[in-house]
Amino acid sequence: MENVHKRQQAKTAPKASKLSDKTKDMISGYLYVAPFFIIFGLIGLYPAVFSIVLAFQEWNGLGEMDFVGLRNFGVVLQDPLFWKSLYNTVIIGLMGTAPQLIVGIILAYFLNLAVIRFTNFFRVTIFMPYITSMVAVALVFGVFFSSNETALANYVIGLFGLDPVSWKTSEWGAKIAISLMVFWRWVGYNTIIYLAGLQSIPKDLYEAATIDGANKVQQFMHITVPLLKPFIILTVFMSTVGALQLFAEPTVFLGSSAFSRDEAMTVVMYLYRDAFNLGSFGTASATAVLLLIIIIGAAAINTWLTSGVGRKKKRGV
Amino acid sequence: MNQKFKKRSKSGTLPIYIVLTVASILSLFPFYWMFVMATRPSAAYNSIPPTLLPGTKLVENFQKVLDTIPFFQAMWNTILLCSVVTALVLLISSLAGYAFAKFQFPGKNFLFICILLTMVIPPQLGLIPQYYLVSQLGWLDTLLGAGVLFLLNPLGIFLMRQYISESVPDELMEAAKLDGCSNFRIFYSIVLPIIKPAFATLGIIVFTLVWGEFLWQFTVLRDPSSYTLQVALASLNNAFRVDFGMLLSGVFWATVPLIVIFLIFNRWFISSITEGSIK
Repeated sequence: MENVHKRQQAKTAPKASKLSDKTKDMISGYLYVAPFFIIFGLIGLYPAVFSIVLAFQEWNGLGEMDFVGLRNFGVVLQDPLFWKSLYNTVIIGLMGTAPQLIVGIILAYFLNLAVIRFTNFFRVTIFMPYITSMVAVALVFGVFFSSNETALANYVIGLFGLDPVSWKTSEWGAKIAISLMVFWRWVGYNTIIYLAGLQSIPKDLYEAATIDGANKVQQFMHITVPLLKPFIILTVFMSTVGALQLFAEPTVFLGSSAFSRDEAMTVVMYLYRDAFNLGSFGTASATAVLLLIIIIGAAAINTWLTSGVGRKKKRGV
Repeated sequence: MNQKFKKRSKSGTLPIYIVLTVASILSLFPFYWMFVMATRPSAAYNSIPPTLLPGTKLVENFQKVLDTIPFFQAMWNTILLCSVVTALVLLISSLAGYAFAKFQFPGKNFLFICILLTMVIPPQLGLIPQYYLVSQLGWLDTLLGAGVLFLLNPLGIFLMRQYISESVPDELMEAAKLDGCSNFRIFYSIVLPIIKPAFATLGIIVFTLVWGEFLWQFTVLRDPSSYTLQVALASLNNAFRVDFGMLLSGVFWATVPLIVIFLIFNRWFISSITEGSIK
């Protein structure tokens, strides 16, 4: 009733006031987005531009800046430790995220089956690792995978007849331990995203496929995977970006030796060490710019590859 | 036929239950083990076969934590940091989201694309200038310095714009306008009550993000009195000889509050993930 009355008022409202309403709206609009853009300018845009400028300077954070052209990039690209850290980041990223996405899809598929009960219990427990902080995970796994011969991880692999590993100081030990903690913390998160994706697929598609004689595996490959594609692309994108930014887990896992050993040094750790342990802000900024390029490149390639996989499958149907 | 199908599908679910149960156990085991180690002396760690039952050193280990790091100070710092940042991000995002959803102004689309682009910039790119800026402002070792970076949250605006344009009817706003409401009055007496669920979603996302973030807090907070929980916990691992019982006691007591909150609000937590990433 009230609404109708007001709408009638709207019709009779004079045109002049409408125009001033428009101006008012415009002012309000700018006013309301202003806080974000002021903050963005100060702590987003300005530092990003400053970083790119800094990549071409020599600077220790105190004195004058010296323009050195591309020299910082040369220094970084000729540093074997940079390449080692990039290699570490990629290996840990692959081992930590690729299995996670596959296991996530399988778990989500199971949780979405109508015949399965207690799904809420399973959902909550599988998701729970995500709420622990990266530092907490790294510390717990740090004790689990300590370098002691009696570490719980060594006991477990001993059951399978394997020799104890010095987890924090060996090339593959450190990488495997860190990949496992990344896997453990994020698999539930991805499961939840895939589950949301599965729930968006209409049930009658499966019913139709059953009637047409398609078995469960065929249904999974030809209905579930293609329709889940946007969600897979999303998780691949986020995992790629996240994996290349890995910092907290290896730093906390390795503790006091984090910046003096190279088995698990990641690109961000390399950058951090350059800037805050060695005081070389120029080369650290060059690394930051290189990392940005690597992240954009890897995210683009992985997203493109993932969407390609879906397309091929669709053609196969 | 029907019965046979039912029977088959029931027995066929057993492997699925096994997989899900194993996944649950693997998810929960580190929590349980953290608790066990927090109640044991460090030496228990060396026993073979491994200790899997709680011991009696719960209080003693935590006392050691309190002697080593300012635990409660760090807990308070973290709660304060997370609460203030969350409140401010909610305010900034909902205001901007309201503007993007309901107002017309020149350059609106361009500004919105800028926000989307902001989401792609990795946080490490600006790390050094941000550190320099904060140190010039004298905000090193302060919560102000630790918090300021988190005010930049493009996802928040994105979520709020989406939610406001879907759930706040234009008619309601027009009606309020005709009653002489100012735009800001409409915001706080009409828009805010409607978008409470979105506040819960974004609030959880921001709170957990700030709670768990490490790189920036680790860079800015060097003085133990300014430590947040994450930085304080990480410092426990830097001793030459680490007391595992104490270490995991610290982790355990820092994680318990979060677990309790999560178990109470688990539905909201889980839906915040899907809403935060899919919309």
